Amino acid sequence: MLDAKIPSGPIQDKWDKHRFELKLVNAANKRKYKVLVVGTGLAGASAAASLAELGYVVEAFTYNDSPRRAHSISAQGGINAAKNYTNDGDSIWRLFYDTLKGGDFRAREANVYRLAQLSNNIIDQCVAQGVPFAREYGGLLANRSFGGAQVSRTFYARGQTGQQLLLGAYSALSRAVGKKQVKMHTRKEMLDLVVIDGKARGIVTRDLVSGKIESHWGDAVILATGGYGNIFFLSTNALACNVTSIYRAYKKGAYFANPCFTQIHPTCIPVSGDHQSKLTLMSESLRNDGRIWVPKNKGDKRPPNEIPEEERDYYLERKYPSYGNLSPRDISSRSAKEVCDDGRGVSSTGYGVYLDFEDAIKRLGQKEIEARYGNLFEMYERIIGEDPYTTPMMIYPASHYTMGGLWVDYNLMSTIPGLHVLGEANFSDHGANRLGASALMQGLADGYFVIPYTIGDYFARNSFDKIDEEHEEFKKVEKAETEKINKMLSIKGKKTPTEFHRELGKVMWENCGMGRNESGLKKALELVPQIREEFWQNLTITGEADDLNIVLEKALRVADFLEFAEIMLWDALERKESCGGHFREEYQYPDGEAKRDDENFAHVAVWEYTGQENKPKRHIESLVFENVELAVRSYK
Amino acid sequence: MKLTLYIWRQKNAKSKGFMEKHQLDGVSEDMSFLEMLDVLNEQLIHEGKEPVAFDHDCREGICGTCSLTINGTPHGPEAATTCCQLHMRKFKDGDSIYIEPFRAKAFPVIKDLISDRSALDRIIQAGGFISVNTNQAQDANALPVSKEKADLAMDAAACIGCGACIAACPNASSMLFVAAKVSQFALLPQGQPERKRRVLSMVEQMHQEGFGACTNIYECEAVCPKQVSVRFIAQMNREYMGAYMKNEE
Ligand SMILES: Cc1cc2nc3c(=O)[nH]c(=O)nc-3n(C[C@H](O)[C@H](O)[C@H](O)COP(=O)(O)OP(=O)(O)OC[C@H]3O[C@@H](n4cnc5c(N)ncnc54)[C@H](O)[C@@H]3O)c2cc1C
Ligand code: FES
Repeated sequence: MLDAKIPSGPIQDKWDKHRFELKLVNAANKRKYKVLVVGTGLAGASAAASLAELGYVVEAFTYNDSPRRAHSISAQGGINAAKNYTNDGDSIWRLFYDTLKGGDFRAREANVYRLAQLSNNIIDQCVAQGVPFAREYGGLLANRSFGGAQVSRTFYARGQTGQQLLLGAYSALSRAVGKKQVKMHTRKEMLDLVVIDGKARGIVTRDLVSGKIESHWGDAVILATGGYGNIFFLSTNALACNVTSIYRAYKKGAYFANPCFTQIHPTCIPVSGDHQSKLTLMSESLRNDGRIWVPKNKGDKRPPNEIPEEERDYYLERKYPSYGNLSPRDISSRSAKEVCDDGRGVSSTGYGVYLDFEDAIKRLGQKEIEARYGNLFEMYERIIGEDPYTTPMMIYPASHYTMGGLWVDYNLMSTIPGLHVLGEANFSDHGANRLGASALMQGLADGYFVIPYTIGDYFARNSFDKIDEEHEEFKKVEKAETEKINKMLSIKGKKTPTEFHRELGKVMWENCGMGRNESGLKKALELVPQIREEFWQNLTITGEADDLNIVLEKALRVADFLEFAEIMLWDALERKESCGGHFREEYQYPDGEAKRDDENFAHVAVWEYTGQENKPKRHIESLVFENVELAVRSYK
Repeated sequence: MKLTLYIWRQKNAKSKGFMEKHQLDGVSEDMSFLEMLDVLNEQLIHEGKEPVAFDHDCREGICGTCSLTINGTPHGPEAATTCCQLHMRKFKDGDSIYIEPFRAKAFPVIKDLISDRSALDRIIQAGGFISVNTNQAQDANALPVSKEKADLAMDAAACIGCGACIAACPNASSMLFVAAKVSQFALLPQGQPERKRRVLSMVEQMHQEGFGACTNIYECEAVCPKQVSVRFIAQMNREYMGAYMKNEE
């Protein structure tokens, strides 16, 4: 029933062949189609600009005050591509294989291969836009190895790669806005999707300044609204990141894939207290030179410099001698949790491990370390107030990325015709675990190089009734949203949206975070509905609906998190195996390694909404591996 | 620690604003400045009062959304630090802190501490780009760029578009913002074909938006959280003169 529309033929030729088979829209006819693009991060901005260049009428939406502020801006480390400029053995095939293996063989071969192919075009495009990537003295582009890759295929712009790539996409988008090819709506938040005659035909938004509820029609809708890592309350995501747009689409009939696949990043600054509003990522590149350790003895409260070498446990080096401190994210995160649960954690809360540069400074000199990580060390000192050149950094894992998202086929179309989903918002290419520097690549591949081809095919194969914002379906959705807001404002209870969010986050972090088990997940499935019920009885919101209202904005987002949490829990409960970021404690080898079950779970779990009171229905898309052998992921 | 806060409150763009006084107790030095405001806001909501609206998102010093003038200085007392990365250990018990929005003629206040900085987007729309359509690019290594130039271009490109430079400038000039973008592209071979057009259109838009002129006061550089250098303003002036003369010919 779920048709991923994967083209036949050898994997290297699939995309080529597919592009030939896609129907085209005549150049003069493109301006007859209107596309709504929700989200202007890497995926949304690149899509909006590229579609406008082709001649489509485009309207783009963001809740930020400018497209340049999307969460993509904070990506630090870099972007992968199979250019093999370093001549160290990389190829499209290797990038494809590494991405698939890194994802623990829970992604679609054909999509991942296409991603690896397109990776090279992305770098070309970005350089042409003036993205100032790092260069060698000879004037050519520099590369580094990132996140444990054995080849140097990561392109970077200091520690601000996401910023520079987003500013590139933003400049392309701005050019189109200046030429009036894109109508840009800032400070507008999508509240719901509008489906007419079975097709995605528009959205309903709230103007965050005036509070006005508005309708916008289109011939296709693209959601590029990012990930839902803030389900855990604390994460490395920007504060406004939320699940609303994709969750609402799910309620309208789009299936949700692998919601429990979330990535916990190993190197973040630990929590310092209840006031904490977010967790700051320290770039993974630090693991190239820093050594991770905790005291060997439980409850050792001595300052790190007083703990002698033989009383330190460099646990990653001990457990994974060949990858050591560069072991993949999921493994590093889980190991940190293990040692902290064992009572050997550091920092005031006991939930932290050391990342120590003493040896690297001895080996390379402080100057070199400064050149490599100066800005990160400064950032750390600003937040923690300690100097990492003399006192080891403290780090702890935090929610960072969500591999799960709306299910899409090879054309990036969801189960609702006309609804396309790009970037972190879809489930596509990363399987159960995303490799470092691959999210930027995927977002830009989707936006620059996939959707411009596939959306035309959708237009060419379908006919569209003329509609506008007066259509009764828009009125119905507007009314429902207005009523929902009025209801929220009328509760006049005692708890703020943030308090509910924090409570939900705690339940999710404890039961559906780095380690998951049946009883915890079942407990959470009881707790979440209780929190939700209390939310609707005891919420307090100040101010009015028709005004800039930060409390109401937050409440609307939290309301959707409170519903969405349940599918995440169901998914984690029913995936009775451990793979990638999903570690089910019942499914592990005696040495604590994740036990994948390819016989029963080599599939995408795809969830269908079946009404508020019902358990969602689980479908599967079987994953067929024709080009790689399913290997056990070993980093020992 | 215990603080006395004086915060700008303004219902909307049309109404008049005023400074409102708040006492806040139990502030920990580990909090960021915005987390301190979060605590105040949670208290206000519990008291049934409207919290203070302020702009923020990444809270990592990179998105450029946060925009508070703290004790008269955009982003506050710590050099090279956005207010979202400013931590309360820079303040002490008993301090009074004055918090206002970024102010400039071209940045009208929308509510409380939030101002409208869309003028900056319109300057970019006017010319802050290289005209290359998707798929028109050649191989990324086809045009070498010396490391020095690439690094300098990156220094300029580091601008986060927060507008602190404008809020700090007595003339509310946006020269540093515009100069950073103009210089980034002028330094790169990809930026050459539109080099003259770009600077002329961006400067033209800058004037239309009501930003003031630069009189070399350099407050902009002093408050820039990314330490973008005023040398780029000099570069832009040269770019502009060159382009202008050429246009006159
Ligand atoms: C700290 C950090 C560092 C990272 N570093 C790297 C790295 O080095 N390399 C790498 O490859 N990846 C990295 N990632 C991951 C990567 O940055 C993201 O996955 C990616 O940028 C997501 O891009 P996107 O376009 O899908 O979404 P986003 O950039 O999140 O954009 C979402 C957009 O949708 C809009 N939006 C959302 N909901 C609505 C709504 N309801 N209405 C209107 N608009 C809406 C937002 O305003 C925004 O414009 C990092 C992530 C983090 C958190
Ligand atoms: S909130 Fe992003 S820079 Fe301060």
